[in-house]
Amino acid sequence: MDKQTGFMKALKCRECGREYPLAATHVCEFDFGPLEVAYDYDRIKQSLTKKAIESRGKNMWRYRELLPIAGEPTVGCEVGFTPLIKADRLAKRLGIRELWIKNDTVNYPTLSFKDRVVSVALSRAKELGFTTVACASTGNLANSVAANAAAAGLKAYVFIPSDLEQGKILNSLVYGANVVGIKGHYDEVNRLCAEIAGKYGWAFVNVNMRPYYAEGSKSMGFEIIEQLGWKIPQHTVVPMASGSLLTKIQKSYQEFVKLGLVQQSRYSVHGAQATGCSPISVAQKAGLDFFKPVKPNTIAKSLAIGTPADGFYALKVMKETGGAADDVTDDEIRDGIKMLAECEGIFAETAGGVTVAVAKKLVATGKIPAMDSAVLCITGNGLKTLESVAGHVGQAREIRPSLREFESLLEAENKSTVTA
Amino acid sequence: MRIKVRTQEPLRKLLDNEQVVEVSGTTVFEVIKTLQVRYPRFVERLLESDGSVRRFVNVYVNEEDIRFLQNQQTALRDGDEVRIISAIAGG
Ligand SMILES: Cc1ncc(COP(=O)(O)O)c(C=O)c1O
Ligand SMILES: [Zn+2]
Repeated sequence: MDKQTGFMKALKCRECGREYPLAATHVCEFDFGPLEVAYDYDRIKQSLTKKAIESRGKNMWRYRELLPIAGEPTVGCEVGFTPLIKADRLAKRLGIRELWIKNDTVNYPTLSFKDRVVSVALSRAKELGFTTVACASTGNLANSVAANAAAAGLKAYVFIPSDLEQGKILNSLVYGANVVGIKGHYDEVNRLCAEIAGKYGWAFVNVNMRPYYAEGSKSMGFEIIEQLGWKIPQHTVVPMASGSLLTKIQKSYQEFVKLGLVQQSRYSVHGAQATGCSPISVAQKAGLDFFKPVKPNTIAKSLAIGTPADGFYALKVMKETGGAADDVTDDEIRDGIKMLAECEGIFAETAGGVTVAVAKKLVATGKIPAMDSAVLCITGNGLKTLESVAGHVGQAREIRPSLREFESLLEAENKSTVTA
Repeated sequence: MRIKVRTQEPLRKLLDNEQVVEVSGTTVFEVIKTLQVRYPRFVERLLESDGSVRRFVNVYVNEEDIRFLQNQQTALRDGDEVRIISAIAGG
């Protein structure tokens, strides 16, 4: 392994293919296209065998050759390898033969898939000599940057829309990060951050560190394949904000095929959005390869990106894999959260509700055939978005500490279930 | 109309590293045309061959994305700011 670059070769423009050094930069100077990490797959193939992977720790770094850092990880070493659950009860509710939940609601340490991207971005930021890290975020990324920066002894600035859920705001503040609430949508937060990013010499995980950061999402796909017994799922349903996770899920499947770790098979990657912020799903349903930006208005605040940077690529992935997209209303999102909780005992945030509800729609419309098998990527924890379900999941019934009162409560309940 | 144009690192290099460039124009289209004379390399990279803004670039007038306004026909007033910024990932 090369000390300076590990298994990476260069940064490469996704539009024109021009190469750049492996620095903290994210945009091609010729067409403004996004830069992506290019790897030395020949060397990776010699090092990353099934046997090697299975002998390593149960975290995302077991696929370290395919993650863009030069040396050993120094931040977030225990992130990932979350449970893949066979969800028989939810399968029945959705009307599909076989269903799996990739449960990143319990990702370490901040309970969302964002710990994957942050662990890569901050490990790389340290390699490049940064001491301050920052991000623009719809909430989860901010939580993860704040927590992982604290543990790594880095200074953190996180920029969020000021109207996020309490849980998401407190979950950034508690680690001592500098939390800046911007009065505006995420897209406005992002515009500001693009200008700030170059100014202070910080590692902005989703701006100048983006090529590294985005690759972290692949680990979710690697784990799905390994946990299914080295198989690619027929269908994967992925929530979309900027569309990055969806594109990286496909890339993870492609890379494992390229390395001979899994057999090529037919698979579709489907995208899920909230109707109140659905630029990608609207374009997909209309058969377009470009999207129209929107102003978000949805309870799924973590997915509320109206100008999705990877929207074009997400549309391309769905087209290439025969995947579909759909979007769901706030009520459907809450129903999705409840279905997952009642059937599988997993409490997801709004993005999870979006994914479950869209999966239900895709099965009902035959876009995911009922006889097939699907994996749902459940990417964040419900304890962070309590406001979205408060008042919609019933209330605790209060009684005095008296046996008589409890028995009459039970009796009333039995009566109502008999008459119902 | 005096219009202030700003961009971000590392694209600022193509504007001779100026934080702010002042040009004249009554629409976004005219501003881009004026920029083209002074910074041909910048504009060459900003636009597709058909004259549309490349898909990974967002153009704002003051705080608003021009796709919510009248795109390149968006009218400008004295002192308006045009920002040219590459699309950024999220979340
Ligand atoms: C819980 C959750 N799921 C999914 C996403 C989507 O991520 P992407 O921007 O990669 O599409 C986000 C982004 O913030 C998120 O917070
Ligand atoms: Zn390029």
